[in-house]
Amino acid sequence: MPAATPVLELRGISKAFGSVNALTDVDLTVNKGEVLALVGDNGAGKSTLIKTVAGAHQADEGDIIFEGHPVHIAGPKDAVRLGIEVVYQDLALCDNLDVVQNMYLGREAHDFFQRLREPVMEQRTVETLKGLAVTTIRSVRQAVATLSGGQRQSVAVARAVMWNSKLVILDEPTAALGVAQTEQVLELVKRLGEQGLAVILISHNLHDVFAAADRILVLRLGRNAGEYDRRSTTQEEVVHAITAGRPTKVAGITG
Amino acid sequence: MSTQSTAIDTALPHESLRTRAWEDFKGGNLGSAPVIVGLTIIVLVFAFTAPNFFTAVNLNNIIVQMAGTTMLAYGVVFVLLLGEIDLSIAYLSGICGVAAAELQAPGHTLPGIWPIVVALLLGCAIGAFQGSFVALIGVPAFVVTLAGLLAWQGAIQITLGANGPIIISNRWINYTASYFFSKDGSWAIAGVISVLYIGARIGSLFGRRRAGVAIEYPALFIGKLVAVPALTFLVVAICNHDRGVPLAGLEIIGLLIFWTYIAKRTTFGRHVYAVGGNAEAARRAGINVPRIRILVFTISGLMAAFGGIVLAGNLNSVAPDQGGGTLLLDAISAAVIGGTSLFGGRGEVRSAALGAAVIATIENGLYIKGYQPGVIYITTGSILLFAVTLDTIARRRQAKTGR
Repeated sequence: MPAATPVLELRGISKAFGSVNALTDVDLTVNKGEVLALVGDNGAGKSTLIKTVAGAHQADEGDIIFEGHPVHIAGPKDAVRLGIEVVYQDLALCDNLDVVQNMYLGREAHDFFQRLREPVMEQRTVETLKGLAVTTIRSVRQAVATLSGGQRQSVAVARAVMWNSKLVILDEPTAALGVAQTEQVLELVKRLGEQGLAVILISHNLHDVFAAADRILVLRLGRNAGEYDRRSTTQEEVVHAITAGRPTKVAGITG
Repeated sequence: MSTQSTAIDTALPHESLRTRAWEDFKGGNLGSAPVIVGLTIIVLVFAFTAPNFFTAVNLNNIIVQMAGTTMLAYGVVFVLLLGEIDLSIAYLSGICGVAAAELQAPGHTLPGIWPIVVALLLGCAIGAFQGSFVALIGVPAFVVTLAGLLAWQGAIQITLGANGPIIISNRWINYTASYFFSKDGSWAIAGVISVLYIGARIGSLFGRRRAGVAIEYPALFIGKLVAVPALTFLVVAICNHDRGVPLAGLEIIGLLIFWTYIAKRTTFGRHVYAVGGNAEAARRAGINVPRIRILVFTISGLMAAFGGIVLAGNLNSVAPDQGGGTLLLDAISAAVIGGTSLFGGRGEVRSAALGAAVIATIENGLYIKGYQPGVIYITTGSILLFAVTLDTIARRRQAKTGR
């Protein structure tokens, strides 16, 4: 299943904030059509690693290789240009706007006179939602405020997918959801992989990880702590990698 | 309903008209319905109880009286959409009216429309200046514009203190409030508005059909297509019973169309709603939030200046109390009574005109019936409280329907 060239490859990424080493020599690979789960305890460096890829801050050391080419991601716009989209935990949707307006937020289709091209935007929104089999939304013209948590998350994910993105990073997409809505979103995550996107799923919830991911990468105290194929591992093994062997000294603090 | 089968979104079924209206109501999305109902009731009450209220002359009087406030209120809508407030607009309108009056006064007489142009630019500059403090430094808009309220009031008093009121003889300034179109001209205006409206509606229908997205319910579409031109011709017919359509009325309608277009059909307008709804989401989506904020305060300044010119033209003079009285609160109340939320992100440009019509009609009707100003203030205040209460309940309903 892995394609010849990974969509994203991180080699030896290190990042320090002052005297605290948030990341030390971290490697990560994610392929086309693959859902990679990134797991680890609080402070393991998941968010820092993702922000490095999203352009929120730069790594001190290491290489980012995107589709076989070394790239430098200096800001969020660079990441978007490469085709990297991040769906943040707190969604970043505008409640007062409708589904179409949110899908195109900041990237509205317009003509030379800055006039909005509503029919085009509505058509592509409907197509994208249908393509992802998001069928629970009553109308694409209803305000996001009237949607359920799962529907909102679906809109946020669909927005990330719509822009010909190659890599979608989902930060705790099920954290605030109930059981049924979690299932709905996990189905959506799996579908992204089936459609040939590379997906990085950050989660605390091992049930979610085992339901949706193909591979599982464990970080601990800013270092690689194991990589597992979902089909040939168990939750116990992953939990062990996340927690066990906890060193007596905290990384970054000498002595 | 058969036309909807051409739409491709069969996976997203469209509910019936009645279902949607009910869902909107449950979701706290009342739109302009409450203010239109309220205005109708107010007009009916006065029509049966106040002598000479329901006449063509008085309709024109109300239009001219509400024009200045409406201009300010158009700017207020944009500021409220951001979730901000602008307390400086009334005295800002005053200083711009004074500037226009000074520029046409003997001594430094600017010809033709130039005093108006300079005053409008002054309004933009002041608005942008105040907006920069809010957008770039993060000073609360309440404080920045409160400072503006005091400062521009002082500037008016200093400018006019020595010589007292200035008489305005520039006919363009006076025309903004007192020009009436000829009867033929008025009919022509009704014709042009109707043709433009029908053209725009049909154009948008074809655009949506071409893209294969859902189109409006045919009954609603045709209903609006008939109702808007019919209403336009009815109003013009009434105005023509008197002196014809006032230019002030055309200013109200023309700028209503213009600002609605900006708010609803341009990327800028969409970004204003986005910043008002969730500024952090807007920023993450790549919207330049400070730029939007400064532009909105510039619009507020521009419309305050325009209102100031209309108000000065209405009196053919400017006095040291220019921009004082209830102008500020009338303008903000107009936008809020019309249904624009004080909490940002929800509202329409038309709420300014509808709310200003409510305030002007109450003032006019109670005045005709011989009530003193105190009664008028109490009535306006009660309606304002009612409107904001309705908005707050609507918000709570919306929060309940979501999730």
